[in-house]
Amino acid sequence: MTHTAFRKLLSSAFVVFCAASVLIALVPLAFILFFVVTQGMRAVNLDFFTHMPRPVGEAGGGMANSIVGTLIVTGLASLMAVPIGIVSGIYMSEYAGTRFASAARFAADTLNGVPSIVIGVFAYGVMVLPFKQFSAMAGGFALGVMMIPIIARTTEELLLLVPGSMREGALALGATRARAVFSVVLPAALPGIVTGVVLALARIAGETAPLLFTSFNNRFFTTKLNQPISTLTVQVFTYATGPYDDWHRQAWAGALVLVTIVLVCSLLARFATRRLERMHARS
Amino acid sequence: MEKKDLGFRLATGAFALVLILIVCAIGYELTAQSMQSIRQFGFEFWRTEIWDPVSGEFGALPFIWGTLYSSVLALAIATPIALGIAVFISELCPATLRQPLVFLTELLAAIPSIVYGLWGIFVLVPAVRALETAMPDALRQLPIFAGPPLGLGMLSAALVLAIMVIPFTSSVAREVLKSVPAAQREGAYALGATRFEAIRAALFYARTGIIGAVMLGFGRALGETMAVTMVIGNNPQVTTSLFAPQYTMAAVIANEFTEAADDLYLSALVEIGLVLFIITLIVNSLSRLLIWSMARSSVAVQTAEPAAAPIPGTA
Repeated sequence: MTHTAFRKLLSSAFVVFCAASVLIALVPLAFILFFVVTQGMRAVNLDFFTHMPRPVGEAGGGMANSIVGTLIVTGLASLMAVPIGIVSGIYMSEYAGTRFASAARFAADTLNGVPSIVIGVFAYGVMVLPFKQFSAMAGGFALGVMMIPIIARTTEELLLLVPGSMREGALALGATRARAVFSVVLPAALPGIVTGVVLALARIAGETAPLLFTSFNNRFFTTKLNQPISTLTVQVFTYATGPYDDWHRQAWAGALVLVTIVLVCSLLARFATRRLERMHARS
Repeated sequence: MEKKDLGFRLATGAFALVLILIVCAIGYELTAQSMQSIRQFGFEFWRTEIWDPVSGEFGALPFIWGTLYSSVLALAIATPIALGIAVFISELCPATLRQPLVFLTELLAAIPSIVYGLWGIFVLVPAVRALETAMPDALRQLPIFAGPPLGLGMLSAALVLAIMVIPFTSSVAREVLKSVPAAQREGAYALGATRFEAIRAALFYARTGIIGAVMLGFGRALGETMAVTMVIGNNPQVTTSLFAPQYTMAAVIANEFTEAADDLYLSALVEIGLVLFIITLIVNSLSRLLIWSMARSSVAVQTAEPAAAPIPGTA
């Protein structure tokens, strides 16, 4: 074989390898979605959404308390993370060049990389240990800590996309910085920020590790914030690692609900971003 | 007006300060809670192989071993695939395929860890067990294939981790490749390079960022909890066997934290969390530094040269 032929062969082999890599990654994705959908569809029914878990060993029942619990805990997390995230994002974009903004950005990225289980240990120390009580509040706090950096960085990036001329126009008309931000810049970026918040929520709703020893689990229906509360993810973990077939069935149903939430949010976000991009392209 | 702007700056700055305070608070809280264990065991904690809470013996070596071993294995599997995906999407594939492929690979990152774990227990572990049983006896003599074929163990954990890490590494690598100036590839093509050689030149040019992307994946793998906990078998031992059930730092915290009956036990678990926090902090900071320095240097190059359109289908 000539040297040139060898080089061409190597090049083709490389192209084949790259295409194969994509397939290798998509196979597990297809497998996971296939199993979650087929196994989940068999198990999910109206009872799953409206009934409480049956006593141990008895078939049937549902995860109504866990679904409500997930809503409560993620709601608490958003109450904490949305204001802090958005306002710190505003600071990072408005004063982008300052050393303090760089420090905050570094902190956000650091926080984003902290393993979720470590956030759980931290929340346990701050919110569980002093009150000697697992609680929905502690779970919300843990998830909120994870959500803040995501929202802060999304807000910052989207605000930086708003054309400088809009901000300058407002300032030239005599607006204060605060006025320019809240009346002109922020509204322009708002659809994108809302998308970012939805994506952050989807990610947070699928978290298990930070909830294991903060909101813990509860076999009963509760909406009390100072009590342990059941969540979909922790309940799926309990059922998946438990010994009963009916538990496994319900775990798949829970997984289907979780994946559906993620999928719907991702698709919505993609659709919204596309519209935003088109709007930007037009203006 | 100046004064009002100062107020705005201080008020929003206070919220930004919260971010910094949270990071400091995590470090402080974890250190404070693990003081008892640090005082009692000192550095021996990280060299002792025995973890027996009942008799009060706490050694974290098996966990640090399991975490590093599973993460390195996962990286070894994930890195070539992730780079292949990044190259395919950014350099090779038709433009119409690009967006859907990006969406699909990112979906892989969006699936909750617990769903990976559930799939791992009921689909992957039985498959791995079948593979282990089918392994010829001659190979079973090797230390890395030692032990009974349980399915639950290091191999399953490494495979799940690899799948979970791929989207992170490939999406950063894609961004990094995008920042390589077109002139790099054009130069290679002009010298008669094949497609592989031109892409290799681009990858070499972007090596700092690529290493950063791989390290980012490493950071993810180190801290991954639920999926690993559910498939690794949770047995604290130091062994190179791929078939043996082992344990990771994140998994032991997830499993034993609520069962920790006495203060010393809890403190030992928090110390494991503290070290996990410090390791991921270092790995992530290094990775960001690399990616950032790559982005900065290529911006400098791009502004120095006139932008040129990429050449389609050469070589």
